[in-house]
Amino acid sequence: MSVISQTIKDTAESPAGAPFIKKRRWGRFVLPTYSWLVIAYLVFPIAMMIIYSFNKVIGGMQLVSFTWNGFTTQWYHEWSSVPGLTAAFWLSIRLAVVSTILATILGTLLAVALVRYHPPRFKGKGVIEQVLFLNIAAPEIVMGSSLLGLFVMMNINRGFVTLVLAHVMFCIAYVTVTVRARMSGFDRALEEAAYDLGARPLVTFFRITLPLIMPGVIAGALMAFALSIDDFVTSYFVGGSSIPFPVWVYGATRVGIPPQVFVFGTGIFAVGIGFAVLSIVVAKKKV
Amino acid sequence: MEQSVPTDNSGGLTRRKSRGSFGKTVAPYLLSLPAGVWLLLLFIVPLGAMLIQSLETCSPASGVCVMTWHWGELPSVVNLYHAQFLTSLYFAAIATLVDLVISFPIAYWIAFRGGRRKNFFLLMLLVPFFVSFIIRTVVWEFVLSNNGVVLHTLKNFHLLPQGFHVLGTSFAVIAGLAYNYLPFTALPLYVALERIDYRVLEAAYDLYATRRVGFMRVILPLTVPGIYAAFLLTFIPAFGDYVNQQILGGTANTMIGTVIQNEYTSAGDYAGGASLSLVLLAIALVGIFAYARVLGSRTIEQYL
Repeated sequence: MSVISQTIKDTAESPAGAPFIKKRRWGRFVLPTYSWLVIAYLVFPIAMMIIYSFNKVIGGMQLVSFTWNGFTTQWYHEWSSVPGLTAAFWLSIRLAVVSTILATILGTLLAVALVRYHPPRFKGKGVIEQVLFLNIAAPEIVMGSSLLGLFVMMNINRGFVTLVLAHVMFCIAYVTVTVRARMSGFDRALEEAAYDLGARPLVTFFRITLPLIMPGVIAGALMAFALSIDDFVTSYFVGGSSIPFPVWVYGATRVGIPPQVFVFGTGIFAVGIGFAVLSIVVAKKKV
Repeated sequence: MEQSVPTDNSGGLTRRKSRGSFGKTVAPYLLSLPAGVWLLLLFIVPLGAMLIQSLETCSPASGVCVMTWHWGELPSVVNLYHAQFLTSLYFAAIATLVDLVISFPIAYWIAFRGGRRKNFFLLMLLVPFFVSFIIRTVVWEFVLSNNGVVLHTLKNFHLLPQGFHVLGTSFAVIAGLAYNYLPFTALPLYVALERIDYRVLEAAYDLYATRRVGFMRVILPLTVPGIYAAFLLTFIPAFGDYVNQQILGGTANTMIGTVIQNEYTSAGDYAGGASLSLVLLAIALVGIFAYARVLGSRTIEQYL
């Protein structure tokens, strides 16, 4: 009963109702089939990665091959038996955590400033917006190579610190844009109520503003984490002797990929999907 | 002068108020200062340094660069590597067009027919991002390899000649680019389509527009900013990409990103690399400014 009434409500509400019913075949069959094919295409290499992380390896060198030799969980047991790869993985995790925290704080503060204040009171807002835009649109190789040039010019040793500097740099704009988008419906009356009740600005920020914009901040932080852990180009240029996971894998493509790469890839994928699903579920509950 | 007297004499309330207004004046600058300084020092300054570096002369042996105001570097590298620029332009353009064609129908379907499962489908579009870019490309390398799943099967059924190969060809590079940047095209298109007020389309149908006319004269024009945003967000990174070419394309059809990478990391020619990077940036900027000029710089952020 409830299902039926729900369906009726859906069709009644659906703005797509009338015009689509006539050409049912296109809307109901061709487009969905096509869309599922595209999704299959997007998912295909990931499925291959997961499947082949369970593939046996025949021969002396422990490198992945794409002939199926039988199922094994050996690589999951021996996930840490390639020292360079494990070190690179943990470096990537540390790098992503540090960069995400810094970029989320800086990006959120900037987003608050951009949503709140406008030109007469906030000169230079336009310039900041253009810089953010340029930062997102600029080719990564340009950012990476120019940073390398600067570090070489100034005789700065490349390593973990330069990686953090670079990662925060390219994450800030994404955090700001994400937080700002989520702040657009923000009700300022709630803050004013806090002020009227005698709350000081900092108290208001931490007790009222921050909890309200938290979903946006979390979305921004997830974005920053994903960007940082996946980054290859910039890390390749500014990492020096510190080699994050993607850079290690890139280096390994010339000699052969150990199956553990796929194990780490599958692990990162599972955690990422887990967080994404969680954030969707949480967002739905709030609504 | 007169105004300062009552402020000094009155109680805490006015004092606090005046401090509050001071706080409000500096608040926007205080809030944007950390991020602003970070971006200034690590994004804008390096671009300036790159400009300076392109005028230096570097010794390939020692890797030491000296400022020589060598204005000829830029035209000479463009001249030397114009073939690689053209290859990048060509690969990125085709990959972007392919992505636009592939993703428009699915973006349309999710936006108009996604219903309650919209979030699920959007997540499916984003799924590739949960696996490292390098790993995705490496998997394609294996899939497309001569003895990989696809070619091996097709050759077994004699649907392809034995000598047929994909890796090392332009096709493999373009396919890799198209795969890796597809979400960058699909998401802006989705945002643009999702924003369309359905009542506008209904009005067109009420006025006896056919579905084709409704699409061509209502939906398509309203999606133009999104299409252009999708184009930029796909084309610019694809243009500077070199991973796909190096992993899938082999040594032929070198893209400009590979040249820049070699200049910086193996040749030690920072001046040449900086000049090439500048040209790459200039090409990207032309597209970005064209967008900002026609559609406004704020609008593209809506598609991110």
